[in-house]
Amino acid sequence: MSGRVAIAVTVNGTTHRREVEPRLLLSDFLRHELGLTGTHVGCEHGVCGACTIRLDGAPVRSCLIFAVQADGRAIATVEGLAPAPGRLSVLQQAFQDAHGLQCGYCTPGILMTISAFLEDNPEPTEEEVRHALSGTLCRCTGYQHIVDAVLLAARRLQGG
Amino acid sequence: METRHIGRPVTRNEDPRLLTGRALFVDDVSLPGMLHAAVLRSPHAHAEIRSLDAAAARARAGVVAVVTAEDLGEFWKPGPLLVPPPPIAGMTFRQRCQVPLARGIVRHVGEPVALVVAESRYIAEDALADIAVDYAPLPAVGDLEAALAPDAPRVHADLPDNIAAEVRQAKGDYAAARARAAHLVRRRFRYDRGASIPMETRGIVAAWDAKADRLTVWDTTQAPVVIRNGLAAMLGLSEGQVRVIAPFIGGGFGPKMMMFYPEEMLVPWIALRLARPVKWIEDRLEHFFATTHERGQIHEAELALDAEGRILGVRDEFLMDTGAYDPYGLTVPLNSQCTLLNCYDIPAYESRFRAVFTNRTLVSPYRGAGRQHGIFVIERLLDAAARELGLDRVEIRRRNLIPPGRFPYRNEIIFQDFAPLTYDSGNYAPILDKALAAIGYHRFLAEEQPRARAEGRHLGIGVVCYVEGTGIGPYEGAKVRVQASGKVTLATGIGTQGQGHYTAFAQVVAEQLGVEARDVEVTTGDTDQFDWGVGTFASRGAVVAGAAAHEAAKAVRAKVLKAAAEHFECAEEDLVLGNGKVSIAGVPERAIALGELARLANPLRGAVKPGTEPGLEATRYFGPEMGATAAGVHAMVLEMDAETLRPSILRYVVVHDCGTVLNPLILAGQIHGGVAQGIGNAFFERLAWAEDGQLLNASLADYLLPTALDVPRMELDHTVTPSPLNPLGTKGAGEGGAIPVGALFAQAIEDALDLPARGIEITEIPLSPCRLWEIAQGHG
Repeated sequence: MSGRVAIAVTVNGTTHRREVEPRLLLSDFLRHELGLTGTHVGCEHGVCGACTIRLDGAPVRSCLIFAVQADGRAIATVEGLAPAPGRLSVLQQAFQDAHGLQCGYCTPGILMTISAFLEDNPEPTEEEVRHALSGTLCRCTGYQHIVDAVLLAARRLQGG
Repeated sequence: METRHIGRPVTRNEDPRLLTGRALFVDDVSLPGMLHAAVLRSPHAHAEIRSLDAAAARARAGVVAVVTAEDLGEFWKPGPLLVPPPPIAGMTFRQRCQVPLARGIVRHVGEPVALVVAESRYIAEDALADIAVDYAPLPAVGDLEAALAPDAPRVHADLPDNIAAEVRQAKGDYAAARARAAHLVRRRFRYDRGASIPMETRGIVAAWDAKADRLTVWDTTQAPVVIRNGLAAMLGLSEGQVRVIAPFIGGGFGPKMMMFYPEEMLVPWIALRLARPVKWIEDRLEHFFATTHERGQIHEAELALDAEGRILGVRDEFLMDTGAYDPYGLTVPLNSQCTLLNCYDIPAYESRFRAVFTNRTLVSPYRGAGRQHGIFVIERLLDAAARELGLDRVEIRRRNLIPPGRFPYRNEIIFQDFAPLTYDSGNYAPILDKALAAIGYHRFLAEEQPRARAEGRHLGIGVVCYVEGTGIGPYEGAKVRVQASGKVTLATGIGTQGQGHYTAFAQVVAEQLGVEARDVEVTTGDTDQFDWGVGTFASRGAVVAGAAAHEAAKAVRAKVLKAAAEHFECAEEDLVLGNGKVSIAGVPERAIALGELARLANPLRGAVKPGTEPGLEATRYFGPEMGATAAGVHAMVLEMDAETLRPSILRYVVVHDCGTVLNPLILAGQIHGGVAQGIGNAFFERLAWAEDGQLLNASLADYLLPTALDVPRMELDHTVTPSPLNPLGTKGAGEGGAIPVGALFAQAIEDALDLPARGIEITEIPLSPCRLWEIAQGHG
């Protein structure tokens, strides 16, 4: 239990100061230290993408880095996506409208992955969306409605 | 009916919680003083435990308890037989259920040997490495056929051999059918299935409240009521002292039904002993060893036909790997045995299976639950028969479809629900016609395929039929209540793992009560809200619990109308329900809100008439006499890369008939997801075992799930043949998408590579580029 390290991590705009073990995964820090349980853990070896968060804007697998590596950096999680309580972002609303989720376990990681993707590529083709999704696993939907949701969100964000 | 909710593509009530990270999953439960458990598992497929020393683990700072089999005392005993075998004459079934912790012998890699409870999961895992176990490895049973050799090692030393069960079932007289057959087709098939791999692994949190004398358990189970009842019995508590909550569950697909897992027994037991909350969450590596699989079957099958390609009979004999223990009974092989008959009029059938114990993870139903195996056998036999008789493969299927006038169609043999297998309703030819039209079958064969061949491209088409036995009993229940706020609540005992129950059931209730589906709050899987029921499996949620919700809502509707008629002093026939109100027909200003009626029905003063129940509430149960049989056709065009043997799916068509559709959006999602899992089974997912019983690819980096690049866009269509077995006419749809995909891949790949012209057939699943290369070289 020795060798704790003091870190300051800004999550969804709020800075949290904690002393953590160096081996504490960022995913466990978010979920169990900060109580931000919207980020889910699916494999703990960086394949499934369920734990994806944004670290200084970039989509990152929070099970593959330690909390101490996030010291001084800004993190965005699914809890920060909605514009206000009781409302959904354009991307979240598109997922509901297109039935882009079933059990919802992989959904937070997909939302974080795609929120970054649509900033880079606001008018993607279906093929590009499928490539963007190919690093995240969904076992329920067969992806079709997820692809539809992303394309719908892109259209709405473009004012279409 | 004033409004129509059933059949509309209503978006889901549960989504806002899931999309904003507010939905509660088991690992999100956090309680003051909560401890964390980790499980020490056998590294051997088969070994004797000579000694176990946990002293160092117990001494580690932060460790609160280490539990071995010896520590369990009288609690140590095999778990319950969850699904007893049906009453089939002459059958053999040897019950060997898993134990909470291994004692003396371990029988598969991953079998629990000790449980560590510590202040954090990190410490608990550190302590696992402190435990010294001296194992003496024993020869392992892996290969299904080798397991039956007289000198094979035995998984259970007290049994004379490795046979877990043997069942024969017959319909008609196959010997006579064979004797008059113009043509016989005999083949051997091997069909392996993998692991369900829900994105959420299993997990359990248990908390004993000493002041309230109550145990609360959050469990990733598909059957919370059954777990509640079982835990109460095991722990010596009354059922009312145990609350089991199956909150949001991150996918189930069958294996989360497999109660009781050892951890499901151990975590509540230790939480009670320590009087502190304990959490155990399975990691992905554990999941591959410790959560049930579905696995291999080897079939030797023979099809007897007349000269026109009409089926006279089928004989099938198969082996099935059941793993080291068999607590789930015979559901999987019975499904294979029954579903082999498919949508065809087969007058004679003779089938025998033997389930075989192996030193591998337990087998229990996974989406499709053995139906795939049966469909693969009959569809492959028909493909071979069509070729040998010079018939088109669609034509041979059409000639054998059960005609619409023959329903209910009695297959005579016993199904997994203990009832004689009977198809309640069906009309199969229109399904086939729609699929052929959608995929452009005849045009493809006449024009597109020859044109592609001329260009050096290898395009193939597949068309495969299937049935899906769904919606089996025994029963489910539902409680519907109008609240004083005007909102309506529905509670049912089944759990939900993404099937949209919060929405589909809300639509069923809204239909009766004239409210919006958004205003119906559904609770599933909390035994404090509703504690009668069986669980979510066999595509039965929408059928059985949906029918119970319908009946309960109808009863509440009758109460609403009676209360409103008394209020307005008019006849019930003069009343209209809609927009959350009851009004007098033609006089919309004379209306009363449902919430106001609910308040009037629950007075604080005055006298309630004798025999009157307070409130606007009703509980109803529904139990179908047998399962409802859905059906469908999948058709696919794929292109094979002749160099890499990698397929690209160019078109994928599903035409499905599951009776009345409650919500087409949710139904499409179920089909898409099923097909994706079918594609995984057909071409990506293989559990690779070494001879010593080690699983070689127990990670998502090595066990390949289909990604968004592997699953094509699907074109869906439906026919509607309502079930006569329930008031809504529904049939289940949870598994159909996954069932025919292996047979479809085999047919389409054979066609694309023109394998039969070289005398090569595909008789196994799963495939892969390298396995296909071997098959195409004649090393099948």
